[in-house]
Amino acid sequence: MRGFVRNRVVRRVASTVGTLFGVAVLVFVMLRAIPGDQITAGLGTEAAGLTPAQLQALERYYGLDQPLVTQFFTWLGNLFTGNLGYSARNQQSVLELTLHSLPVTVELAVLSIVLALLIGVPLGTLAASRAGSPRDAAGQIVSLAGLSIPSFLLATTLLSVLSASFGFNPNGRAFATPAEDPLLNLQQMILPALVLGFGIAAPILRTTRAAVLEVRSEDFVRTARAKGVPERRLQVRHVLGNALVPIVTMTGLQFGYLLGGAVVVEQIFSVPGIGRQVLLGIQQKEYAVVQSTVLVIALAFVLVNLLTDALYRIVDPRVRAS
Amino acid sequence: MPRGRLSAIGVTSALVIALAGCSSSSGSPAGTGPAAGKTLVVGVTSDPDTFFPWKATQFTAVNVLQNLYGTLTEFDKDLNVVPGLAESWKTSDDGRKLTLKLRQGVTFGDGSAFDSEDVKWSLDQIMAPATAAVARASLSSVKSVTAPDPSTVVLELTGPDAALPANLATVNLAMLSTGATEAELSTRPNGTGPFTLRSRTASQSITLARNDRWWGADKPKVSAIEFRVIPDESSIVAAMQSGNVQLTVLNDPLVARTAQAAGVGLTRTPQLNYHVLQLNARRGELADVNVRLAIQCAIDRKQVLDTAALGEGEVVGPITSPAFKSDPARRPCPARDLAKAAEYLGKAGKSGGVTLKTIVSQGEYATSVNEAQNLKAQLAEAKINLELEVLESGAYVDRWNAADFDAAVALNGGRPDPDGSYGRYFTSGGNFNRVAGYSSPELDKLFADGKATTDQAARKAIYDQVSAHLEDNAVWIWLFSGYTYTATTAGVRGFVPMANGSLQYLRTTSAG
Repeated sequence: MRGFVRNRVVRRVASTVGTLFGVAVLVFVMLRAIPGDQITAGLGTEAAGLTPAQLQALERYYGLDQPLVTQFFTWLGNLFTGNLGYSARNQQSVLELTLHSLPVTVELAVLSIVLALLIGVPLGTLAASRAGSPRDAAGQIVSLAGLSIPSFLLATTLLSVLSASFGFNPNGRAFATPAEDPLLNLQQMILPALVLGFGIAAPILRTTRAAVLEVRSEDFVRTARAKGVPERRLQVRHVLGNALVPIVTMTGLQFGYLLGGAVVVEQIFSVPGIGRQVLLGIQQKEYAVVQSTVLVIALAFVLVNLLTDALYRIVDPRVRAS
Repeated sequence: MPRGRLSAIGVTSALVIALAGCSSSSGSPAGTGPAAGKTLVVGVTSDPDTFFPWKATQFTAVNVLQNLYGTLTEFDKDLNVVPGLAESWKTSDDGRKLTLKLRQGVTFGDGSAFDSEDVKWSLDQIMAPATAAVARASLSSVKSVTAPDPSTVVLELTGPDAALPANLATVNLAMLSTGATEAELSTRPNGTGPFTLRSRTASQSITLARNDRWWGADKPKVSAIEFRVIPDESSIVAAMQSGNVQLTVLNDPLVARTAQAAGVGLTRTPQLNYHVLQLNARRGELADVNVRLAIQCAIDRKQVLDTAALGEGEVVGPITSPAFKSDPARRPCPARDLAKAAEYLGKAGKSGGVTLKTIVSQGEYATSVNEAQNLKAQLAEAKINLELEVLESGAYVDRWNAADFDAAVALNGGRPDPDGSYGRYFTSGGNFNRVAGYSSPELDKLFADGKATTDQAARKAIYDQVSAHLEDNAVWIWLFSGYTYTATTAGVRGFVPMANGSLQYLRTTSAG
């Protein structure tokens, strides 16, 4: 038994390392395949006026004069020593940048998921409680709105209306971390979390509805009802409890995506998260910033998947038993 | 009460409290802390990509650095060259020597004195290829720099260069302290400007503090300026509406109109930058001047302006700087003339039409694709087919820099002096001539005359001839210049927008 578990752990670790290596190669190659480099990204068309000697000096400065293989393995080797690279634009190491941006994104992702669950699960349960009824239609409309309203539209509208009508725009102020000013931080996070949460609530609502409908038709529900289990207890304990696995899967997936940074929403609400870090890195062609940050995001995604797997064991005794 | 309902109420209450907290605090003034009320918050869409003035080309970087560093000369609000760190200058009779007298008592941010050795060192470094300074070509006429005494600098020139004093006003030729390195200045800028760096949070904000030792007669009105990074222009307008940001410069005409409708104060300033259809006269059918003239006659520039930029701008000729401005009516076809276009195509033996590979940048500036589509539609009526290649900005820059196009829809930067704007493009030895795709002995001579002439009226006449030559040969198709929009909230006074987009007058701005 112990050997079996050890084998599973080893397999999991090996597949994680393999995934991360694949991501590293892919992002490295893709970045080089994109036209332009850090010199043209910084100077734009002004780069056309550089003399060969100036160009050479700049290539040396940005490390672009090294062969690609050397660049790749130097970067990879440095990762093992905790050196994720350096951002000349920010005059900070990528590790420092990530240590600032990742917690912001994690906070935003958690808040968004909480809001999405608060919207999606009750509405999904309600919709499933009487399929085809007006309450089901209402749930479907909310779900359709969540899926079809683009986040940039919702975000811009929310920001414009609240600023113009109520003078209410915490995101117009300098960003505050929870340690600096927890209340302002919460204020600055609530609107982007609401926009993201609304979008994510839709698939959660649909998954909840489908899962609940499926479980409701199971024999044990009928038996429980026949035995006189109160309806609320039946819905929550027996139905929702058994419908949790697909909901957890969907939530885990969405959470993983959120950890990749919600670039558009972060841009509109000026939230200095990891999405903005990658975007600015791409715009400036700061290879080290993009490569290392994407790798951190990939790692976060893998960890969330692991966590989701672990959660199955908690919410579903059948998984534990198997 | 059931537990579920209780927790729902709890969550709702928490949200309400949070939102109430938001509304109660959002009305507070932008400046907080000890400098409250005297900090001017300027909204910018990006963080500076460098703090090293000799390599800065990005809009935010140039504007932040302009407030930290000093230059030998400066521009006034009308783009006339006025004294900066040099309080006077004199050109020798043969035009081969420029002697600058430096201002006394100037210090760098770190307290060290500024003198002629710093000027010599700075200019020598800029001219050295290894520095990779972007404005090195502006000093191409400088043979050597000497510092005979602490307050005098002499520039020996290869020939007369009337544009040099104007060229010295760019922040890319800022004066640095002797021995300063890029690495040091990237974290601790040390200039002679009206402000010094107080703090920076990467990708979020940069705060400058007033430099009380600055040499100007009128010290800056605000104690600090915070450049707050809000990546989206619409979000900056929202932040102005809620009182969190007090000044910004907008580029997108649509956002500017929204801001105006929302009651934000707006000033339109015509730009030196110009929108143009660049033609590569060294390639294929465009080598024939008649094909180029046919293109020029087939375009209604006002229509391009109206459809692509909501009419926000003015039709211009090649030179946009106020003192040397070209008259757009003085071109072979000031109004669209399809019959004449057909005639020119006939002369070129291309009555059946021509096809041009045209590159367009997506994302570089707001109106590019709309301009390209309108040009394509108009030219199609004259049997000129623009084959549009809409490219991501990196790919566009690569193609543009390699001059790999027949035509390019472009937004090019203009400069106050026409030699600075076009000498590098249209002289045969200019470092952008390959991209410009055209040169001629006549233009070489005119640009050389322009540099050798110091009398302003005579220079204007020379650059009128340059302008006429460019238009008569339809070297490029100049379209229009847009506006920049300075948006301010009530209480902001004293800011003077400039045609070159400079924010140097932040030093005269008060935050109310």
